[in-house]
Amino acid sequence: MTATATAPRHLLSGLVKVRELGIILALVLLVGYTAASNPRFLSGQSIRDILLNTAILAVMAAGQAVVVITRNIDLSVGSVLGLSAFTVATMMSDNPGLPMVVAILVGLAVGGAAGVLNGVLVRYGRVPALVVTLGTLYMFRGVTYSWAGGQQVNADELPRHFLTFANDAVLGIPWLVLIALVVVGGVALLMRNYRVGRELYAMGSSPQAAELAGIKVARNLLGAFILSGALAGLAGVLFAARFGTVDAAAGTGLELNVVAAVVVGGVAVFGGSGTVWGAGLGALLLTVIGSSLTVLDINQFWQQAIVGALIILAICADRLVAVRIARSLRKKDSHV
Amino acid sequence: MLRSHRRLLSAGAASLLVLGIAACGGTTKDSADNSGAAAQTGASADPNAKLKEGLKIAFLPKQLNNPYTDVEVGGGKVAAGELKGEYKLVGPNDASASSQVSYINTLIQQQQDVIGIAANDPNAVCPSLNQARQAGIKIVAFDSDASKDCRDVFINQATTQGIGESLVKMASELAGGSGEIAILSATPNATNQNAWIEVMKTELAKPENAKLKLVKTAYGNDDDQKSFQEAQGLLQSYPNLKVIVSPTTVGIAAASRYVSSSNYKGKVAITGLGLPNQMREYVKDGTVKKFALWNPADIGYLAAYAGAALASGQISGQQGEKFKAGKLGEYTVGAAGEIVLGPPTEFTAENIDQFNF
Repeated sequence: MTATATAPRHLLSGLVKVRELGIILALVLLVGYTAASNPRFLSGQSIRDILLNTAILAVMAAGQAVVVITRNIDLSVGSVLGLSAFTVATMMSDNPGLPMVVAILVGLAVGGAAGVLNGVLVRYGRVPALVVTLGTLYMFRGVTYSWAGGQQVNADELPRHFLTFANDAVLGIPWLVLIALVVVGGVALLMRNYRVGRELYAMGSSPQAAELAGIKVARNLLGAFILSGALAGLAGVLFAARFGTVDAAAGTGLELNVVAAVVVGGVAVFGGSGTVWGAGLGALLLTVIGSSLTVLDINQFWQQAIVGALIILAICADRLVAVRIARSLRKKDSHV
Repeated sequence: MLRSHRRLLSAGAASLLVLGIAACGGTTKDSADNSGAAAQTGASADPNAKLKEGLKIAFLPKQLNNPYTDVEVGGGKVAAGELKGEYKLVGPNDASASSQVSYINTLIQQQQDVIGIAANDPNAVCPSLNQARQAGIKIVAFDSDASKDCRDVFINQATTQGIGESLVKMASELAGGSGEIAILSATPNATNQNAWIEVMKTELAKPENAKLKLVKTAYGNDDDQKSFQEAQGLLQSYPNLKVIVSPTTVGIAAASRYVSSSNYKGKVAITGLGLPNQMREYVKDGTVKKFALWNPADIGYLAAYAGAALASGQISGQQGEKFKAGKLGEYTVGAAGEIVLGPPTEFTAENIDQFNF
């Protein structure tokens, strides 16, 4: 029993590793090609820009990856980011003395509350996550609109320490990037090495089996949505600090980029497989594609087409992996 | 906010966004208005008639409690004071097509002399406006035009030509007359943006601008993040770039924020069309030397004077008629009853604190 169980798992993790290797390979090729045609692409300023641009997307992708691993989806993250960004920006412009930590905590809280709503509706309302979060996507955006009206928070109304936070660096690494690394690393560790993480994978592989096995599905699912919401809220704070201009439309449409990053990063849309690191790499890849295409002076319409092709490629890879695992499992069975 | 709709998915959001656009100056319409319907033939005008005092001038903006609108009608209030008239402000809370109709009817009953209106819909307000005109009330459309046959004159904030010219003028000044410039626009299919860019290209082709080279037009889709990335791309691809011209409020703010926090600061100038409140930060930290936009207060101010000139019989809305508008000087009524405010106002570190919108 143990022998047969470890072998496929080993194989599985090997394949997943290969999938992430693919992203890294794509990244290296892309960066290499772009740098060859324009060496400034590897200048300090340029690398810093790419990492800063990735940070917000990566934070959201980490939360989204967890939700997708449980065979759900959170489409409301763009609107949660908008709500959190506007809340925090308004708060900071009204109380310029508040420290950055408070801004971050408020952002996390706003996002977390949104996540609770999503989680409760999905779990206790027994409504598919796709529908629930599509609903809350509009709801949260609507709340932000009715609150903000035509207002806008501008950079000159925000306190200096809040704005410089986006660019300030510790040991040469900007705070924004550091936060993204900590978030992606922390969530990845949680999913890989902790019991709750493995339970989430189990829920995604087979929700019914997970329930029968005594996993606290409700608690875990709620936790996954709260995490995704809270990280989107955190991303809202980072967004406000980075862009300085926040109106009710902040982050519109971002949810699709986040889902794309997660899928390209090798997280299977049917749940149960993929890693948070992969999602983070997916976010980096999408950002590098965006930056390198502008540098290479390629028409931006291609950019969307390329991202789309990547998503389809990733899903094909998913399918391929699934087929191969199924085949290898059958083979193993016949041997035993 | 020269935003354009971004995602079909956010149709709900977009419909609210339209509110925002509508409130912020309806710049996507009106600029290239060239159907030459004849202006309303009214009583013949007497250019020497004295401006009447005690005129009742009412303003009906697209919606109340919008910062941009507040500045516009604020200009109208100042003008009404100078004219010794009675200023009145009414308006709906939402900028929907039909919401202004009931206000117009009330204003007719109150026997106002002039109604200044920023139409939420060019046709929905028409029947009521024509009733008002039959009652002898003069109709001045501003900001966003009502249909030509139901208003006397329209105050156009700026012409396509005027904006394109002033963008090139600012770019040339900032580049010192020669060097590479790039445009950071909104979406590739935004009508007003493309019309301005066309004028800019024509201007750049003139001999006095021969040393200015437009190297690229990038599109930031009026999205902060995308505009940010496009600005980065421009600076990386064109190391000798001197000026980025962004004729969209989102683009200019994103490009300025990027440059102000990068090591390009001081090497590359940013200019274009922006809102003073949004740009104050970057003007003060030296990233942006100058940018432009029409002054919304002047729109309201000119609308009040045009209304007074109409009510006093100085003009009737026919092409070629002239009138004086206080501190703004003399204006001439153009084709189809349009009065153009003039070149956009330039904002610099010296004057930016006088504006709040």
